[in-house]
Amino acid sequence: MKKTILFLLISCSVLSAQKPVPAPEQTGSVLILGGTIHIGNGKVITNGAIGFEKGKITLVSEATLIKINSDSFSQIIDASGKDIYPGFILPASQIGLKEIEAVRATLDENEVGSYNPNVRSLVAYNTDSKIIPTMKFNGILLAQTAPEGNLIRGTSSIVQLDAWNWEDAVYKEDDAIHLSWPSAYSRKWNEGVIVTEKDKKYVELINDLKTFFDDAKAYSEIQDQKNKDLRFESMRDLFTGEQKLFIYADNAQEIQNAIEFAKKYEIKNIVLAGGADSWMLTDYLKENNIPIIINSLQTLPSAGHDDIAIRFKLPKLLRDAGIKFGFGGLGMELMEKRNLMFDAGMSVAHGLNYEDAVMALTLNTAEILGIANSVGSIEKGKDATFFISIGDALDMRTNNIEYAFIQGRQIDLNTEQKELYIRYSKKYSIE
Amino acid sequence: MKKIIVLFIFSACSLFGQETFPTNGITNQNKSNYAFTNAILIVNPETTIEKATLLISNGKIIDVGKSITPPDGFVVVDLAGNYIYPSFIDIYTQYGIEEAKRKKENNPGPQMFSSKSGAFGWNEAVKPEVNGADLFSIDNKEIEEWLKAGFGAVLTHQLDGIVRGTATFTLLGKESENKSILKREAASLYSFSKGVSRQDYPSSLMGSIALLKQTYHDAYWYKNGGNKLEENISLDEFNSIQDLPQIFEVRDVLSIPRADKIGDEFGKQYIIKGSGNEYQKIDLVKSAEVRLIIPINFPDAFDVEDPFDAELVSLEAMKHWELAPLNPMMLDKAGIEFAITSLGTKSKNEFWTNLRKSINLGFNKKTALKALTTIPAKLINSEEMAGTLDKGKIANFLITSGDIFDESTQIYQNWVAGKPTVLASFEDKSLAGNFELTFNGFNYDLEIESKDSKLKSKVTFENEKAIPAKINYGNELVTLSFSDSARGYFRLNGIFDSQNRTFKGKGQDENGKWFSWSAKFKNEIVKQDKNEDNSKESEEYLSNLGEITYPFLPYGKSNFNANNNYLIKNAMVWTMENDEAPSQMDVLIKNGKISEVGKNLPSTDGVPTFDAEGKHLTPGIIDEHSHLAITRGGNESGLASSAEVNIGDILNSDHINIYRQLAGGVTTVQVLHGSANPIGGKAALIKLRWGKSADEMKFENADGFIKFALGENVKQSNWGSDNKERYPQTRMGVEQFYIERFTRAKEYEESWERYNKLSDNEKKNAIQPRKDLELETLVEILNSKRFITCHSYVQSEINMLMKVAEKFGFKVNTFTHILEGYKVADKMLEHGAAGSSFSDWWAYKFEVNDAIPFNAAIMTKVGINTAINSDDAEMARRLNQEAAKSIKYGGMSEIDALKMVTLNPAKMLHIDNKVGSIKVGKDADLVIWSDNPLSVYAIAEKTFIDGIIYFDREEEKILQESIGKERARLIQKMLSVKKSGGKTQKPKKEEQIEYHCDTIINFN
Repeated sequence: MKKTILFLLISCSVLSAQKPVPAPEQTGSVLILGGTIHIGNGKVITNGAIGFEKGKITLVSEATLIKINSDSFSQIIDASGKDIYPGFILPASQIGLKEIEAVRATLDENEVGSYNPNVRSLVAYNTDSKIIPTMKFNGILLAQTAPEGNLIRGTSSIVQLDAWNWEDAVYKEDDAIHLSWPSAYSRKWNEGVIVTEKDKKYVELINDLKTFFDDAKAYSEIQDQKNKDLRFESMRDLFTGEQKLFIYADNAQEIQNAIEFAKKYEIKNIVLAGGADSWMLTDYLKENNIPIIINSLQTLPSAGHDDIAIRFKLPKLLRDAGIKFGFGGLGMELMEKRNLMFDAGMSVAHGLNYEDAVMALTLNTAEILGIANSVGSIEKGKDATFFISIGDALDMRTNNIEYAFIQGRQIDLNTEQKELYIRYSKKYSIE
Repeated sequence: MKKIIVLFIFSACSLFGQETFPTNGITNQNKSNYAFTNAILIVNPETTIEKATLLISNGKIIDVGKSITPPDGFVVVDLAGNYIYPSFIDIYTQYGIEEAKRKKENNPGPQMFSSKSGAFGWNEAVKPEVNGADLFSIDNKEIEEWLKAGFGAVLTHQLDGIVRGTATFTLLGKESENKSILKREAASLYSFSKGVSRQDYPSSLMGSIALLKQTYHDAYWYKNGGNKLEENISLDEFNSIQDLPQIFEVRDVLSIPRADKIGDEFGKQYIIKGSGNEYQKIDLVKSAEVRLIIPINFPDAFDVEDPFDAELVSLEAMKHWELAPLNPMMLDKAGIEFAITSLGTKSKNEFWTNLRKSINLGFNKKTALKALTTIPAKLINSEEMAGTLDKGKIANFLITSGDIFDESTQIYQNWVAGKPTVLASFEDKSLAGNFELTFNGFNYDLEIESKDSKLKSKVTFENEKAIPAKINYGNELVTLSFSDSARGYFRLNGIFDSQNRTFKGKGQDENGKWFSWSAKFKNEIVKQDKNEDNSKESEEYLSNLGEITYPFLPYGKSNFNANNNYLIKNAMVWTMENDEAPSQMDVLIKNGKISEVGKNLPSTDGVPTFDAEGKHLTPGIIDEHSHLAITRGGNESGLASSAEVNIGDILNSDHINIYRQLAGGVTTVQVLHGSANPIGGKAALIKLRWGKSADEMKFENADGFIKFALGENVKQSNWGSDNKERYPQTRMGVEQFYIERFTRAKEYEESWERYNKLSDNEKKNAIQPRKDLELETLVEILNSKRFITCHSYVQSEINMLMKVAEKFGFKVNTFTHILEGYKVADKMLEHGAAGSSFSDWWAYKFEVNDAIPFNAAIMTKVGINTAINSDDAEMARRLNQEAAKSIKYGGMSEIDALKMVTLNPAKMLHIDNKVGSIKVGKDADLVIWSDNPLSVYAIAEKTFIDGIIYFDREEEKILQESIGKERARLIQKMLSVKKSGGKTQKPKKEEQIEYHCDTIINFN
């Protein structure tokens, strides 16, 4: 009975406002003239021109440098004075898997057990999540949706955020397996204080993981196993290098243990997720060529003696050390991740070059996710997945997305939140 | 002399029978009359008598002095060269009493009321009826430890609960509880910890404080007529123990003023059982004018060999390791009187090690002796019977080989009420020395050393290497054996003549051949002075010490720049006083106030000038909803109304987030109770005066606020399936609960009005109403003397609370969070409520499904005074950015957006006459920003409060560097401890939790 009531309440609220309709495939061709193009690779074109057709970019240039036959385009958009960015990419998120943190029935991100490589986020990805439109509203057009959990969380996929169903949405299927590295420290509650100490179970958990990986690797050496193990089957691509391994670790010792572990299994595509202490290990990470999807900057330093701005300065420190990183907003609640670009803005305030910050929201992330050949920057031949903002999109004071395109489709930027705003503005006759 | 030792052993049997107890066999009528002569007698820490005589009889001292002839019938003990000290008293122990145990959990759900049988009070943590004497039984094992360590009497009780009952003062006697107890009820004990009680209330420190205060009021009411209305053993007992010394245990120096304030309110001067970190806040201790009982449980050094593991250890923990042993000395130097307790040390050996450590580091020996004898006796009003060796007092004393605090000193005997415990044999000093040993024509040098009552010896043949020899001595007979590879294996036995210091006896060689041997005294052994070594070591330790900073944390400072006069030139000034765009101006700060705002203000001598060209100047940011700087619980969740609790009682001045928020331009913060119940607790308004005490941080003369809450948290929707008992569980019940409490409050007020109108005569026959702290607070609300800020989400409940308030004739001052405020903005405007919202939070609970980031913009446009708050220690560092989101969501102007974190919350909190805008006469709470304050690129460079710079980004860099250096220094010091074989502990991090509205924890 109670479940029914809850269900009714949810469906009522869902019906109360209109969901944006996914855009149809691009027909005709579009030319965008004027505006500052943040390419995504660190370069900028002021007064740019972008042409795209059949979902692909056909032209990127400074408008005055080339001759453009505007008659050959079916639509021309004037972007002068505006800023154009590749679609921002949200990696390592639970988008479409989680809706309301406190309502269990709306949560689909964490499967039972500690070894779930075979669990696939894609099939649970809810294209109708109310959270998705709020991401697009701020410029996030692509995301990696990944399971959560202990140890081997499961397999993620990359989705574009304007789709009817998950088959429509998928951009890269089963791109990576996600591993929560065990914590080297235990946290215990004692007399009103949280006490963190070395965890004796740490070594034990790593040994369990080793056994699992040993078995999985041995299993993968035989192509056609008679008795199929779903978990090991799902890990074959990890050992061939087709799939990436995302390892979640924050502490300096954990990071080193985790990377040494992955190296031992000759896993070619390792991504560190989190990496709070990565500033202590820049040489090591550089040497091993490990990219990082970083935590949200909106977290407190872990120690009282830390630089009070250490979280804000991390991107600059990584850039200076030559380590590839993407903004990940890890640690934020899902609904907060619409603010991912403001993390990038804060890192600029603390020393990172602006175009480097844009790159860490776009091309870097695309490269880390393995989709950079078709997306992540505004370059000829790539998907027309980008947006026009009336102001600087990295600053909440000016972020204002006017047009957004995913694979050439001009998408509806409306949200139910905006609809409620309009509804009540009318009620009070304001605006 | 040697005979006496034998005697002592015999006399260890019972000296007195017990009057009411039957005897088995012959009654012992021995009075144990002893005369101790020729001793160096420390009568008390101030008086030492050389060659003194001490007479004891029947367990008491009957005479003490210089030329006393031992009367007949006394056993005479010659103590030439030895010392007599009063034995130690520990007045904070649990000796002989079992630790309280938590009852087994039968029901995993809440326990709202007491589960105790009997007509006791309502709360299990208040148990004045518990008496240590009822629980006490002699512990034959533990007592030996106590006696060995030199203690003769202790105050003991079960250390559990908030009101703990009475402790009993007892001798460390071995035979009978009845004879050992000196004072059955010697003190009554208190703390802020509810201990093993499973009852939900209190679940927080502020709840403990409120419960204790309410108990004083209840007991007063009970005594004055309440007892006609109910029987309550607890309140009765509480009243009966009020004249005893009152001892209050705290966990932290910051709780000393908390306890002291309660004492002031109810006319009590507590003796504070401290925690050992008093040195960090000597001024607080001094101003509380309390006497202390302090532990000497110094932490071991951390094992910091792994540099990553070492990162776990906080700077303050490292500093505490270094400075804790100086706590006694520093308290003494500050003139604070204290007793020392052994409670907290892992063993009595550690107690002694630590005590000597403190003394080596400069703690005055006389004070140490006082802290272990006269002061504890005085604190529990027992100085007439114990603590010194004056005539008439209990014969509790120690016989020692020397100054009791010297490392080489041996406690030979511990006498408790005239009965001795022999801890070591008297050392025969004549036995130690260099002797010439002769036998079979050989001449050896024999060196006999006496250390800790143990003999050590070695023999040397001419210029050869020394050979260790085994030596034993007892009852005048000595045995000595050694193996000389050149000359053979010899075993000797002989008699020692102490008069002439010679040995004589027979020996046998390895072939079984007998021979005669003798040895005669040559000279004394030249001892190297260990004290000198110690003093060198301690000099080194003291020469290289960390500073005490305020607060005692990283980024704390040891000196405070109190200058509050500055001229800020050429800044883009956001006055908030009008809707005009900011313009370039100067601002003069004089005596902490904004004195002038304008163009080209002249500079004055002695007033530092900042050229802020290209920078922005705004009022300090005000956070209407925060849980910053809370100690042990931001929710009193035990009951649905906790209007009696006060966040102002439990502020933590030493929290790093204060500094971090200053770095985000925050100057004023309303610290709120959480949202666990419909009626929460009283709020505190503070300015982030980093380095000041909690009381000094409080915003002067501010109106009082209280937190209310609605929705899922108060109806416990997300508390798990066990929490379905506490009323209310629905939004329907929430309304009824409010009506119920305000109805009770109204009647309460009326009952007092009626009572106060009575004539003096009529009052005599009437029963005074019980003072109820919860209802008192609600009456303040009814009379618009306290103002509500109510946690709220959905429109129905927002509407409901306004209607309840209107029914009772008051207004809801502020709805906080108020995420569906946009749906009832017109009604809020009509009611006159303000709204303090999150910028863009939603989707974390069902009730925030319709929360929209346009909320603040709609409310503002409708005309509601709207603010943006944090409710989060991290978000509070960038409230300017949160405000800026309303420019994006709803097209708010920049000025209006910035007002939401400055002037608007100031109005909400009724402090806009002092802060919130840049206006002549207001407090100079200002922030210099690197950029437009609404931009993500803006960084707070300087934060002023009352014109004083509390945060400066340039200074922060310097502080950071010195933190690094200080850690490096302490790490090196700890490493050297490990290298030299000292004790270490594993690295660990201890952190306070960050509180949010819904942080619900049950604190014991």
